[in-house]
Order: sequence, then C-alpha cells, then structure tokens
Amino acid sequence: MNWLLVVAGAVVGAPLRYLTDRAVQARHDSVFPWGTFVVNVVGSFVLGLLTGVTSAQAHLLLGTGLCGALTTYSTFSYETFRLYENGAKGFAALNVTGSLAAGLAAVWLGVETAAGLG
Amino acid sequence: MRLRKELPVVAVVAAGGALGAVARYAASLAWPTPAGAFPWTILTVNASGCAVLGVLMVLLTETTTAPHPLLRPFLGTGFCGGFTTFSTANLDTQSLLSAGDPTRGLLYLGGTLLTALAAVAAGVTAARALVRARGRHA
Repeated sequence: MNWLLVVAGAVVGAPLRYLTDRAVQARHDSVFPWGTFVVNVVGSFVLGLLTGVTSAQAHLLLGTGLCGALTTYSTFSYETFRLYENGAKGFAALNVTGSLAAGLAAVWLGVETAAGLG
Repeated sequence: MRLRKELPVVAVVAAGGALGAVARYAASLAWPTPAGAFPWTILTVNASGCAVLGVLMVLLTETTTAPHPLLRPFLGTGFCGGFTTFSTANLDTQSLLSAGDPTRGLLYLGGTLLTALAAVAAGVTAARALVRARGRHA
C-alpha cells in the first residue's frame, strides 16, 4: 500500500514538473532555467506545509511521491553545469544561490504556515 | 500544446518518475535516517542521480546517432527527476538549522550542492570520454 501511495504521488508530480517547465520555458527568452526554479520552489513550500500533517499516508503520497517527483536536484545541477560550461557563469552562480535561497525560504514559509494553522 | 503529440511523452515521464520515486523510497527504507541525524541517504540519492543524469545527457544529446525520442523524457526527466529531490533536501536542511545545529545544517546544504555538481561534472566527463573512445574505434 505504501509503495502505491508513492507511485500515485509521483505519477502526478513528475508530469507536473515536465508540463510546468515546458509552459514556463515557452514564456521567456533568457537562458535562466526558470521552469526548474519554479517547480523546486513550489515543491519546497508544499513539503514545508506537510509538516503540519500527521498522517503517514499523506506524507508518502504528497511528500515522498508528489513533492519528491515534482522537485529535482539532478536537473537543477545539470542546468547549472551547462550554464557554467557555456560561459554563462553569472547565471550559473545566480541559479545556485537563487534556487537554494528561494527553496529554503519556501520550505521555511511552509513550515511556519503549517505551524500557524495547527 | 498539442496534446496528442505530448501524451506519450507525459506518460513516459510519469512512468519514469514513479520508478525514480520508488527507488528513492526504497533507499530511504534500506538506509533510514533517524530524526535529527545527518541525511546521508538523500544526499547519496541526489548525488548518484546527478551522476546518472550527467552520463545520460551526453549519451542522449551529444552522439551522432539520434536516440529514441522517448528515452530522454523517460530516463532523464522521469527517472532521474523522480529519484532526486530538491524539496526534501531543503526540508532536511531547515530541520537541522532549526534544531539548533547550524553547522550540520550548513554542511548538509553545501555538501549536497557540491557533491551534486561534482557528480554531474564527473558523469558528463566520463560519458564524453566513452563517446570519444567509441568514435575512434568505430
């Protein structure tokens, strides 16, 4: 049952990341990987919110499954590496600092919101 | 968006993402991280997923033969994307920081970032060497 919850969350989270990335990347011309940035920040906020939920099933479905598959460290790292390799070193540094700062702020905001609601 | 054309891609992203998430869940069951402990398992999951994606992207985008168009969304966007996680890395960092252990929190934050970037670079470099060697023998 636990495995199915993870699968159910991931089959939504991963396509949501793909479609969001496609939609966001089609709306700007910069080399900055806004698509991955957006899903990583949104997924971090939602995972922070989940700290206010006690159900282990909800954590598997929405945390391990949905947020885990919605967010990605591998694409974030690969895009950073490619920016650096292609000479856009400023954007690479901005992607690292921006993603980590916004991701941590989003997680914190989610945790605080959950604590405030609880 | 042309849905008919996107549907197979979305389907393989979902399938790859589910496999990746299940593999990450299996790793967290095999090597559980006790509350408050350094999250080695997720750090290792993220670093290894980055190495695999580095290798994959070279094999899928930097060779002369065109791979099947669904391989990249299945293995890259799907599996590697579903296996690695940015949200859990951030939540674990936040937990370590707010637990009054800023040193370990910052070590985890920086350690995850550095191992992930080094893993991508190592994967890309190794795969490029492999592609070049194969090209010479072809």
